[in-house]
This record gives sequence, C-alpha cells and structure tokens, in this order.
Amino acid sequence: MTVLLIALGAAVGAPLRYLTDRAVQARHASSFPWGTLVVNVLGSLVLGALVAAPVGPAVRALLATGFCGALTTYSTFGYETLRLARDGAWWWAAANAVTSVLAGLGAASLGYALTRALAG
Amino acid sequence: MTGPTPRRVDPDVDLRVRGDRGELRAHPAAVLGVVAAGGALGALARAGVQAAFPHRPTGFPWATLGVNVTGCLLIGALMAVVGAGRTRPLTRPFLGVGVLGGFTTFSTYVVDAHQAAVGGAPGTALAYLAATLVAALVAVWVGDAAAGRLLRRAARADAVPPAGDGGRGAR
Repeated sequence: MTVLLIALGAAVGAPLRYLTDRAVQARHASSFPWGTLVVNVLGSLVLGALVAAPVGPAVRALLATGFCGALTTYSTFGYETLRLARDGAWWWAAANAVTSVLAGLGAASLGYALTRALAG
Repeated sequence: MTGPTPRRVDPDVDLRVRGDRGELRAHPAAVLGVVAAGGALGALARAGVQAAFPHRPTGFPWATLGVNVTGCLLIGALMAVVGAGRTRPLTRPFLGVGVLGGFTTFSTYVVDAHQAAVGGAPGTALAYLAATLVAALVAVWVGDAAAGRLLRRAARADAVPPAGDGGRGAR
C-alpha cells in the first residue's frame, strides 16, 4: 500500500515539475533556471508544512515521500548550477546555489511555522 | 534565431532547445506518461534507500545525501549522452526528468536540515547542507567528464575507416 501511495504521489509530482518548469521558462528569456527554483521552493514549503502536521503514514507516503519528493529535484538543480559555472556564468551559478538553498530553507521554515500556528 | 542552438542549462526542459520546445505539443501523453512512470520508479528507489538507512531527527541524513549525490553523478553522465545526440526522444524525459528527478529531492534536503536545526543540532544542519551541495556539484562534474571521455573514445573508434574502402563501405 505504501509503495502504491509513494508511486502515485510521484506520478503527479514529477509531471507537475515538468509542466511548471515549462510555464515559468515561457515567461522569461534568460538562462537562469527560474523554473527549477520555483518547484524546489514550493515543494519545500509544502513539505515543511507537512512535517509539522499530525498526519498518518499513508498521507506522509503519498504527499511527502511521493509528491514533494518528486516535485523537487536535486539532480536538475546540481546540473544547472554546474552548467552555469562551466559556461562562465560564475556569478549566476553561485546565485543559483545560494538562492535555492536559502529560499528552500526559508520556505520549509515558513511552512513548518504556518502549520504549527494553525494547529495551535 | 539564426545562431547555433544555445547550450542547455535545464536538463528537465530547456525552451531554448528546439527539441524540448516541441516535444510536449507533439507527444503530450507519451512525454507526461514517461515522466510520471520514471518519477514513480525514482521515488520508490529513494524511499527504499531511506528506509534501509533511517536517521534520527537530529542525526546526519546519510541516505538522502547518498541519493542526491548519486542522482547528480548520473544526470551528469546522462546529459553528456543526450548532448551527443545518441539518445531517443523520450530518453531525457524518462530518465532525466522522471527517474533522476523523482529519485533526488530538494524538499527533503532542506526540511531535514531544518528539522536538525530545530531539534538542537544546527552544526549537523549546516554540515549536511554544505556537504550535499559540494558533493553533488562534484558528482555532476565527474559524471559529465567520465561520460564525455567514453563518448569521445567511441566517436574516435567510429571515425576510423575500415581498411581499403576509404571509409565509405557498408559495415
């Protein structure tokens, strides 16, 4: 059952990452990977909120491990950062790494705090 | 645009790359289907590794670090092969966007660090954040360099003409 829930969550999360990335890229022409940054920050916000929520293992498998895990990606983030650096855009590579980590941490903290506040 | 195609930055989808721009309109069900299937497989593999090597809330998340670094090594190699034009149209969506994107995770990375910090282990959180970032970037570079070397060797082997026919003969 857990296996099915993880697979189901990921089967929604991964295509949603692809579609969001396309939608974000269609709105700008720069090579900075805004699309991946957006999905990673959004996924971190949702997972941060989930961690503080009183949910059972089934919901955790579906939404945390499956959906948030597949919506966000480290491989794409890592490749983009290296690609920018190797293309000579050192400043953008560093900005991507620092912004992603700080914004992801901030989003996770915000989600966590929001759930805690709502749960009283 | 008349110049050469800009080099890809985003391995998931880069709209400056002609093939990526048209793939969703040309084969929407196939592209989204292989991304979903690959994502499910990748996520299950990640869950398996995390279940095999659990960590305490304030402990060092070795399993997720291993998953993210391995995924980065593999995306470096995969994109070198994709860039050499040696793959089918659905290879990048299935393996890159789906399997490796689903296998690796950014949300668990930052949430685990946040949990460690909240749980009273800020040093572990910082070490984990930095170690993953550095190891992941080195892994992408190693994967790309190793695959690139193998591809160049294969290309040289292909380019050597068979003796006597000037390289035009049927093989």
